[in-house]
Amino acid sequence: MMLEREVVVVGAGPAGLSAALEAARAGASVLLVDENSKPGGQLFKQIHKFFGSRDHRAGVRGIDIGAQLLDEAQQLDIEVWLDAEVCGIFNQCDVWIVRDKDRSVTVRARRIILATGATENAINFPGWSLPGVMGAGAAQTMINLHRVLPGQRFLMVGSGNVGVIVSYQLLQAGGSVEAIVEAAPRLGGYGVHTAKVRRAGVPFYTSHTVLEARGTDHVESATIVQIDSAWKPIGGTEKELSVDTICIAAGLTPLVELAFAAGCESFYSPLLGGMVPWHDRSMRTSIPSIYIAGDISGVEEASTAMEEGRMAGLSAAHSLGYLDHEQFTTGFQAAEARMLALRSGMFGQKRRDAKAAIIAHERG
Amino acid sequence: MQEREQREMELKQSGAPSLQELHESPCYQLPPKERRALAAVIECIEGIPCNPCETSCPQGAITVGDEITNLPVVDLEKCTGCGICVAACPGLAIYLKKYLFKENLAYIAFPFEYLPLPEEGQTVHMVDRLGHMVCDGTVLRVVKIKKNDRTAVVHVSYPNEFYEEVVNMQRLPRTD
Repeated sequence: MMLEREVVVVGAGPAGLSAALEAARAGASVLLVDENSKPGGQLFKQIHKFFGSRDHRAGVRGIDIGAQLLDEAQQLDIEVWLDAEVCGIFNQCDVWIVRDKDRSVTVRARRIILATGATENAINFPGWSLPGVMGAGAAQTMINLHRVLPGQRFLMVGSGNVGVIVSYQLLQAGGSVEAIVEAAPRLGGYGVHTAKVRRAGVPFYTSHTVLEARGTDHVESATIVQIDSAWKPIGGTEKELSVDTICIAAGLTPLVELAFAAGCESFYSPLLGGMVPWHDRSMRTSIPSIYIAGDISGVEEASTAMEEGRMAGLSAAHSLGYLDHEQFTTGFQAAEARMLALRSGMFGQKRRDAKAAIIAHERG
Repeated sequence: MQEREQREMELKQSGAPSLQELHESPCYQLPPKERRALAAVIECIEGIPCNPCETSCPQGAITVGDEITNLPVVDLEKCTGCGICVAACPGLAIYLKKYLFKENLAYIAFPFEYLPLPEEGQTVHMVDRLGHMVCDGTVLRVVKIKKNDRTAVVHVSYPNEFYEEVVNMQRLPRTD
C-alpha cells in the first residue's frame, strides 16, 4: 500500500521548515523529510545575530531561530522523517525515499515542496586535494556543530558574506586568519562584517587569488598572487603564507537535481548561482504539483529562504483548497513584502531584479 | 588595469571604512568633546536591510525609517548612552564614546564576542579600524546581561588623544 500525504516537503532547513509550518497551519497533512540526522539545515551553525527587521527576527542568532522553528513544528505535530534521502520523483507526485539507508518507501504527494538548498563551489589549484583544503561552510560545520577547530592558521578564499562571517567565527573559535583573498577588485561582503574581522587584525587582499597549496600530507603553506583585470596572475607578486588550512568561499550552486530529474523547466541565472528551476510568483515550478523555496530557487540567505518557504507553503496549501482567498492573500502578501524588504538596497536590488526576471520569463 | 569611474572605497579594499568615508556618511557622528554623557556611534555606511538599532532603542533616538535600507542616524539629544543598541546591532557596528571621562582619558563601550573576556581593571591593547594597536586601555567593566544575548559589552578608558581612532580591543590570548 502506498503512503499518501497532502504535502511532502524535501529538506528541513530554514526554507523547508517554514514551508512545512505554513502548510500545516493552513490544515494540510505534511510530511517533512531530510537526509540528515538532525533538522535545521545550516541554521544551527549560524551562531551570529541575523540582519533584517523585527518581522524577520533580526538580532536573533540563527541557532535560536532554528530552535524556534523546530519547536513550532513539534507543536503542530508535523511528521518529520530524518535520515531519509529523497532519490527521485515520479509521475509528478510519487516521492521515492530511502530511509536509514535501508528501506525504500514511496509516498504519494498531492503537492511537493523542494527545499534542497545549495552546495559549496570548489575551486581547483595545485595542491587543492591536500587535507586542509575545505569549503568555508565545512569549516563552519566543524567549529560550530562539532566543536572541532580544523586548523590553527587559516587562509580564506572569497570575501562574500560567507567568507567574512566564517572568518569571524574561526577567530571566535580560537583560530588565526592570516588573510582573506578576493579575486574581484573590491570586497564582496557587508562592510560591517569586513570591518569586524579587519579590526581583529585580518588583512584583506583584493584582486588576489590562491595559486598553490604546498605540503606533504597536509597543507603547510599557501601561495597567493595578484591578478590583473583579465584575472591572470601577475608574475612576481606571489606571496607565501604559513597556513595549515585553506577555506574556499567561492559561492554556492543550487541543488536542483531532484527538480530537473522530475522534469521541471530550468532558467539560467548566473547571479543566483546558475541553473534554477523556473518558478512563478507563488513559488510553483513548471510542474503544477511541485513548488520550490530557498537556495534551490536561487542562492540567497537564511532570512530570504524562510520567507520563500512561507510563500511556497501558503501557495501549496491554498492550491489544495485550504485557506480562503482573503486568508491566503493576506499571509502571502505579508511574506512577499518582508521578502522584498530583504531584497532592497545596494546589496539586494540585483537579486530582486534576477528573481523578477525568472518570474517574468515566458515558459516553453 | 582598467581605470575605474569612481574612487574605490577604502571600505571595499581594506575592509574598514576610512575616517574620510565615515565623515562623509550621515550615519557617523562622533560625540562632541564637550558632551558629558556617553553617546552611541554607528559605523554602518552601506545601507544594508537592517534595523534592530532603531527598534531596540528605548529612547527612540535611532532612526532608520520605513525603508530598512536607510542609514541609521542617532539623535544625540535623545541618546542617553544606555548601550542597548551596542549588543542589539547584528553587525557589531555600534559603540558608545565620550571624550572626557577623567583628565586626558576618553571612554568607550564596545561589543566583544571573543573568549576569554577581559576582567575589570585589566590593561588591554586598544585597536583602530585596521586592527593596529594604538594605545593601552583600562577595563572599567564587562557587561554580560542576558538581554545582550551573549554579546559582551566592554567598557574601557583610554588616552583621549586617540579619541576617534580607537574602536575596539585586541583579542586576548587563549588560555587553554
